[in-house]
Amino acid sequence: MKKEIYLDNSATTKPTESVIKAVTDALKKYYGNPSSLHSYGIQAEKIINNSRCLLADYLNINPVELIFTSGGTESNNLAIQGITKAYQQRGKHLITSPIEHASVNNVFLNLAQAGWDIDFVKVNKKGQLDLDHLNNLIRDDTVLVSLMQVNNELGTVNNLAKIANIIKNKNPLTLFHSDGVQGFAKIYTDLANIPIDLYSISGHKFHAPKGIGALYLKSGIELQPIFKGGGQENKWRSGTENVPAIAGLGAALKELPHLNSENKLAIQLTELKNYLIKELTKIDSVIINSPQQSAPHIINFSVPGIRGETMVHALAAQGVYLATGSACSSKSKGSRILKACGLDSKLSESALRVSLAADLKQADLDYFISSLKEQIDFLKLF
Amino acid sequence: MYDLIIIRYGEIGLKGDNINDFINQLVANIKRATSDLGDFEITTIFGRIFLKAEAAKINAICQRLINVPGIISLSPAQKFNYSSKKVSEFDQSDFNRLKKQVVRLFRAEVQNYPTTFKVETTRADKSFPIKSPALSRELGAEILRQVEGPETELKVDVHQPEHLLEVEIRRGKIYIFVRREAGPGGLPVKSSGKALLLLSGGIDSPVAGWLGLKRGLSLEAVYFNSPPYTSERAKQKVIDLTKILSRYGGEIKLQIPYFTAIQQAILKKCPRRYTVTIMRRMMIRIANQLAAQNESLALVTGENLGQVASQTLEGLRSSDQVAKFPVLRPLITMDKNEIIKLAKKIASYQISIRPHEDCCTIFVPQNPVTQPKLATVEYAEEELAIEELVKEAIAKMEIITINEGAC
Repeated sequence: MKKEIYLDNSATTKPTESVIKAVTDALKKYYGNPSSLHSYGIQAEKIINNSRCLLADYLNINPVELIFTSGGTESNNLAIQGITKAYQQRGKHLITSPIEHASVNNVFLNLAQAGWDIDFVKVNKKGQLDLDHLNNLIRDDTVLVSLMQVNNELGTVNNLAKIANIIKNKNPLTLFHSDGVQGFAKIYTDLANIPIDLYSISGHKFHAPKGIGALYLKSGIELQPIFKGGGQENKWRSGTENVPAIAGLGAALKELPHLNSENKLAIQLTELKNYLIKELTKIDSVIINSPQQSAPHIINFSVPGIRGETMVHALAAQGVYLATGSACSSKSKGSRILKACGLDSKLSESALRVSLAADLKQADLDYFISSLKEQIDFLKLF
Repeated sequence: MYDLIIIRYGEIGLKGDNINDFINQLVANIKRATSDLGDFEITTIFGRIFLKAEAAKINAICQRLINVPGIISLSPAQKFNYSSKKVSEFDQSDFNRLKKQVVRLFRAEVQNYPTTFKVETTRADKSFPIKSPALSRELGAEILRQVEGPETELKVDVHQPEHLLEVEIRRGKIYIFVRREAGPGGLPVKSSGKALLLLSGGIDSPVAGWLGLKRGLSLEAVYFNSPPYTSERAKQKVIDLTKILSRYGGEIKLQIPYFTAIQQAILKKCPRRYTVTIMRRMMIRIANQLAAQNESLALVTGENLGQVASQTLEGLRSSDQVAKFPVLRPLITMDKNEIIKLAKKIASYQISIRPHEDCCTIFVPQNPVTQPKLATVEYAEEELAIEELVKEAIAKMEIITINEGAC
């Protein structure tokens, strides 16, 4: 049988059996509209409440502080658009970084066109933020700072507590949002003990279905909703709740180690990652782009001289599935994020991203490494 | 509103004894171009093809037929059902009803006023009792009486009317129509023999293929695949483009030789500036063999004079030097915007602009040679094991037979 080694878990993950069952059960049995008055509605509402409590527990927050959305993109849009609309009387200044996900970056570009003053925190080649620079950027009229927890291409980790404290010490009124899509569950995040106001997550990055995500909104913070409608999700997000996906999200959460215990998931992933880095370092033509202290599941590396896209196709033919730095076309070669980090174009055009899941075995990684070596020999032209 | 489409063909009419072969081929091609829309009754009467369909489908069918080679023009039309037994017994009450139907049709089709019109009658069936000029005059007068008003200014213009309402009386049947849509003209596909199209994922080559079909060719296609330098999606793009051509051109055998080793060899062994020139010669060499195997008599390419560095006269000559068949280049003198216009018309454009690269764009050197000298090219490819490379590319070839229209 052809090998199938999936190393693209930052793009999306495979839903587990219990997630699939939860989704199908909800589709078959609990098809009521959670807003309906009858028992079908009540059953559906229970599912939502159940998942909401699990997620709140995981982040150590109050369930009412969670808004279910369609995923990371909507959570980020709702946070940034919603805050800038609700707090525009406080000022016109915003801070973000140049290496945020497109669903953050493009919202800021849009706000810049609408007249907001936007500053970007400097990053180094490993994607690490210059926190002194951040401190200097914060002004009296800074309404919002949005900085991601884990960079999706490099795996660089930002310490949210440290960042939040810098912000609140400088200006207690400045709100702090973090895109936690890649960080959630891989890095324990106790939101109750961090002065953070908004935090985005996405279900399909941790084996829940696509089309479900959430935004943490700290009690007392206002938000202007994007959707006008029936006022679901405590008025923050109108639209009938995606009950099957929310059920799936709950099932996926149940499989994660609890917040107050040892993070077994992170330990497993880190072991796999360290092994892979050790093996990759042995290959002459490989250069690791991720920083040493990176997220447990992401490794970014380059094979200069071989375009990332070409290597992705070559490895896919061997049954190994990974990603380039990000999608590129002939017109814009290489990744926006790696370029923003100041990576040489030779490195960014040939960048590859491996992202792990806990069910991978060492033998899978060995197969990947040997396929990679073979393909490097085959594709090296000069 | 309509019950049929009247289809006119042009050049075929000039053919001699084999005219019926041409018409039968055109009818088969019409059936195929509309097969996903339904199974329609098609009849041929001297000089015309009639396609019967439900009113709701008429527009969709017209959109297909305007791209079917061999068709000069077409008109969605209504049939007039007279109550008398024969057309020669057409009486006053029939005439009154005809007037009403003509006015209804005119009102439905003509929306913008002020405007001008004219009624024209073709009385091929001479047993019809009213002569053409009289019928046209009376119907025109009736339209003026019923339609003309302060909001709907309307005049007759016999020289350059904006709307031409036509009445055709043929073999006891009366048809009325206002619209005439132009078809591509040309000859029915398969009436001119077979050629091999060099198809990439770009905008040009599918249009070149369609123009070949327009002159009656039937096509086979070849796509040079360079995995992993090119992606699965780039191949899918070519398959989808072939489906577009297949809608007009019938079954197309898409041949996909393995081009990777050739490109690697060229890049390793040949001077950088000549890689594109040599790559094109290798493509022609493979095409030579495929054309010979399939009994094609020509190659068709999307090349266009001066569009890119390899499409200079010197570049074309260096390709032709290795070609064993005539290389047809239907786009040779067209401007890019003319090509794009055609691509949009046949609906290949939206597929061609998908962002996946093909083997032509992926290895382009910074400064490709624009005026390759034959002697230098031959010297530059001396290191290549040409015959073996061509053989290997064909040995590892994938063949997909495409016999369906794209949706």
